[in-house]
Amino acid sequence: MKELFDIFVRSVFIDNMIFAYFLGMCSYLVISKEVKTAFGLGLAVCFVLAITVPLNYLIDKYLLQEGALSWLSSRMANVDLSYLTLIIFIAVIAGTVQLLEMVTEKFTPGLYLSLGIFLPLIAVNCAILGGSLFMQERHFPTVIHSFSYALGSGIGWLLAIVAFAAIRERLKYADIPKPLEGKGIAYIITGLLGIGFMAFLGI
Amino acid sequence: MKSYLGPLNRDNPILTQTLGVCSALAVTAQLKPAVVMALSVTVVCAISNLIISLIRNTIPPRVRIIVQLLVVSTLVIMVDQVLQATFYDVSKMLSVFVGLIITNCIIMGRLEGFALSHTPGASLVDGLMNGLGYGLVLVVVAIFRELLGSGTLWNHQLIPSSFYEAGYLNNGLMILPPMALILVGGLVWIQQGTRKSSEK
Repeated sequence: MKELFDIFVRSVFIDNMIFAYFLGMCSYLVISKEVKTAFGLGLAVCFVLAITVPLNYLIDKYLLQEGALSWLSSRMANVDLSYLTLIIFIAVIAGTVQLLEMVTEKFTPGLYLSLGIFLPLIAVNCAILGGSLFMQERHFPTVIHSFSYALGSGIGWLLAIVAFAAIRERLKYADIPKPLEGKGIAYIITGLLGIGFMAFLGI
Repeated sequence: MKSYLGPLNRDNPILTQTLGVCSALAVTAQLKPAVVMALSVTVVCAISNLIISLIRNTIPPRVRIIVQLLVVSTLVIMVDQVLQATFYDVSKMLSVFVGLIITNCIIMGRLEGFALSHTPGASLVDGLMNGLGYGLVLVVVAIFRELLGSGTLWNHQLIPSSFYEAGYLNNGLMILPPMALILVGGLVWIQQGTRKSSEK
């Protein structure tokens, strides 16, 4: 239990997707002009990460890794399909996103309306594929661990984009040199936030 | 001709279009991985643009995203295998970021915005130029970070040891990830500033 909590806290603060690895920066920079939309996108990222990472974990463990197919028959024990990782992961993610879009539209129209426009964007969000690839690199012992990691990363991403959007709303009233307005200052603020987050390294 | 050169400066994918920032920042602590990354992205971008442009009339619009993802990920797998076979140390250093070329917004953005509506030849050049524009930013940021952060360039010691004896210290802050963002912010500042003055 403690281990799961450790993974969770670590992925929210220390290995924060945005500040430590810059994953999902593109949508982070573009969709952070308002706190409300930023929150919607953050929720959608959390949601998709928490579903696709455990799914990819199972696929990786039982289909792709070297020797993973040994449950099928002993002849398959030394088949190594790991070079297919990328294409399978991205197919799973794109498929899941499409499925989620349909499911939320049918059963929870309210959620669909608030997430709807962001869901298709998420298939090509680096944070999602990055989550799965980091999960593969870290060799979690069980699927629960990978779920805890995914949830933590998602919440870390949500935290980062909401904090950034809040700063950006305030920024309208700031006096910034003309050429630096908009994107330039956004990069610099993210950099400074990132340095702030490095303080968590000691935990 | 001018529109082809646009991605290098005026329409630079990172500085102006805000695409592909994710991977750009994480691999620039040293020059070597940055150059390898820039080359890989250029190759994938150019070839995927060419392929998508060739089959653009046969893809049904509803499933085009998945088709694009499949084409791109196939290319990325090839690049990844080549890197592992030839530059094993760099490929270890880049770790997941080679895989993340798939979701690099530059590639998807160019496929959506250019290759689907232009001829194969033009798309190939467009992909090549956008890849190079991306590479340019990567290399500039990496030169600053490696030179100021570790005093080396392409793993060669550039700052003489007499400097260190005289009390010169490497700027450790440069190696930390957030500095990449601040450097790119500075580049945007320079680029926007010069553009304003030249248009007046």
